[in-house]
Amino acid sequence: MARVFMKGTEAIAEAAVRTGCRFFAGYPITPQNEIPEYFSRRLPEVGGVFVQGESEVASVSMVYGAASGGTRSMTSSSSPGISLKSEGISYCAAARIPMVYVNVSRGGPGVGSIQPAQMDYLQATKASGNGGFRMRVFAPASVQEAVDMTYKAFDVADQYRRPVLILIDGVVGTMMEPVELPPMKSDEEVAAMKEAKKAWTLTGHKLDYAHRAWIQPGNWSTKVMQSDSEEDAALYKSWQKEAEAEEFMLDDAEVVLTGYGISARIGKSAVKILRAEGIKAGLIRAKTVYPFPYEAYDHINYKKVKGILDIEMSIPALFVEDVQVAVKDRAPISTCLCSGGNIMTREAVLTAARKIMEAK
Amino acid sequence: MELIYSRTKTIQEDKVSGFCPGCMHGTVMKLIGEVIDELGIIEKTACVLGIGCCGLQMDYMAYDNATAPHGRACAVATGLKRTNPDTLVFTYQGDGDLASIGLAETMSAANRGENITVIFINNGIYGMTGGQMAPTTLVGMKASTAPFGRNAKDHGYPMHMCEILNQLTAPAYLVRTSCNNPQNVMKTKNAIKKAFKNQLEGKGFSMVEIVTSCPTNWGLDPLKCLDYIEEKMLPEYPLGVIRDR
Ligand SMILES: Cc1ncc(C[n+]2csc(CCOP(=O)(O)OP(=O)(O)O)c2C)c(N)n1
Ligand code: SF4
Ligand SMILES: [Mg+2]
Repeated sequence: MARVFMKGTEAIAEAAVRTGCRFFAGYPITPQNEIPEYFSRRLPEVGGVFVQGESEVASVSMVYGAASGGTRSMTSSSSPGISLKSEGISYCAAARIPMVYVNVSRGGPGVGSIQPAQMDYLQATKASGNGGFRMRVFAPASVQEAVDMTYKAFDVADQYRRPVLILIDGVVGTMMEPVELPPMKSDEEVAAMKEAKKAWTLTGHKLDYAHRAWIQPGNWSTKVMQSDSEEDAALYKSWQKEAEAEEFMLDDAEVVLTGYGISARIGKSAVKILRAEGIKAGLIRAKTVYPFPYEAYDHINYKKVKGILDIEMSIPALFVEDVQVAVKDRAPISTCLCSGGNIMTREAVLTAARKIMEAK
Repeated sequence: MELIYSRTKTIQEDKVSGFCPGCMHGTVMKLIGEVIDELGIIEKTACVLGIGCCGLQMDYMAYDNATAPHGRACAVATGLKRTNPDTLVFTYQGDGDLASIGLAETMSAANRGENITVIFINNGIYGMTGGQMAPTTLVGMKASTAPFGRNAKDHGYPMHMCEILNQLTAPAYLVRTSCNNPQNVMKTKNAIKKAFKNQLEGKGFSMVEIVTSCPTNWGLDPLKCLDYIEEKMLPEYPLGVIRDR
């Protein structure tokens, strides 16, 4: 493993290359331009292909095409661009095409702001396109985690033949940190992964009607559509056991901070300060936001806890809706929020946590 | 007896086409099948379908196929072809798909000179959705969303995709044909064959625009459609090779 100092976006791109991604298409948008830029110079070195698409709509369709041909493929964008990608994502989900995409999210709605935000939570976890499909969504909080999750995301995508989303904010995307890069898959390994998909990929088959590749993002038969939906529902349910969370100093916690991505990381640093002050604070950080780690909230000591503090860079709060489902009225929940590109401050988190402890 | 004619193997034996009687989509399917058979390329052919009546072929042809989002066939084909250069990749798209919602994808793929083949079915109407106005609808032609006929003041003029793409440097082959008589059917077949061969030779972007009928939504019987093509469509969409390099 190589230890290097890298920016989040570029580290994601390198991790993707190392796990065998050989096609990337994207359209410029801040704050994620380093991803396409990195791929544009890196992919030709490994025999891969980079295309700057004419739009996000076209780029995700290019990925749909490349992945339908068996190549590990990726696209990325930021909030308004992700909205445009929802068409192709929905097609990949329907046609069972594995692909990975990244949302380096920024303030919204509309064109919003180019600064970091976490305002795409509902879109990412509940409705990334039409048709009620679900996706695995990873929410890294550091450059290392972004690398590890990207590396894994391609395996998950191939395993289930579904799109996978890496949801980060502009902070994780643009900060530089030391990172251990995972091993580079050999050309033989990359070719073998493509070969393994041959039965269903769109590269030509013998004149044999039963075995031709048929990529179907829908079906004329309502019967087939219903049985496909039932299969999907069962798959989504099976994913729940793969939900991941970081639980920090939870056992005796009287105030539990919770969030995902950079907010939760700021929350963790606040927990350490609160502990030093004698306040029994703890933290739950969702590492996957779909499936949501509901179970982690059962590990809170509800006899002791005075309150839960939801930390989000989004107004209105969005993540909190899943926290409410997880907490099931067992403790009061309050929020610490900022929005529109303002970055969460540790001071704001500390103040909000102390307030919970001061309340009778 | 000597067998002198049989159904192209690229059309599945046990399936029937979903096209309306007299629809020229069926004619073009047969031609594509014959070309694939004659070139012996079925084992390396993949079709990217647009959204529209073109989708009625997906359960019926023998080649690999995928359905693209409406209008995005050229983008899907780009991703597929770039990562599988040995596969013959062609799109099959209607005029609403290619010239309206997919205009950007079509233009951009042509401009990049993607080594793909585009089969473009220009029937001057949105067939699948029930006869709405297309960018190719003739001035004066009635459509369900232009009940008094297309008028240039509100709707602009028909779009000539071959001529529009001819403004770009990269495309290799741009040709317009029809299927309104046996001679034109043969010319269409030759054009498709040439466009496929271009791709096999790595020449880049080829498009065959085929002026066809939609008896159902034109409200004309199939024979009258042939006259309508001759008298109305072809003066607006002159046949011939627009680009060949
Ligand atoms: C995003 C999206 N918008 C609209 C539609 C509805 N739709 C289906 S087919 C079609 C038009 C097809 O017309 P054309 O491309 O001319 O093909 P034809 O049926 O005439 O061969 C439309 C608008 C759709 N499927 N997806
Ligand atoms: S609606 Fe028109 S284009 Fe579609 S199959 Fe029928 S005749 Fe052909
Ligand atoms: Mg049409």
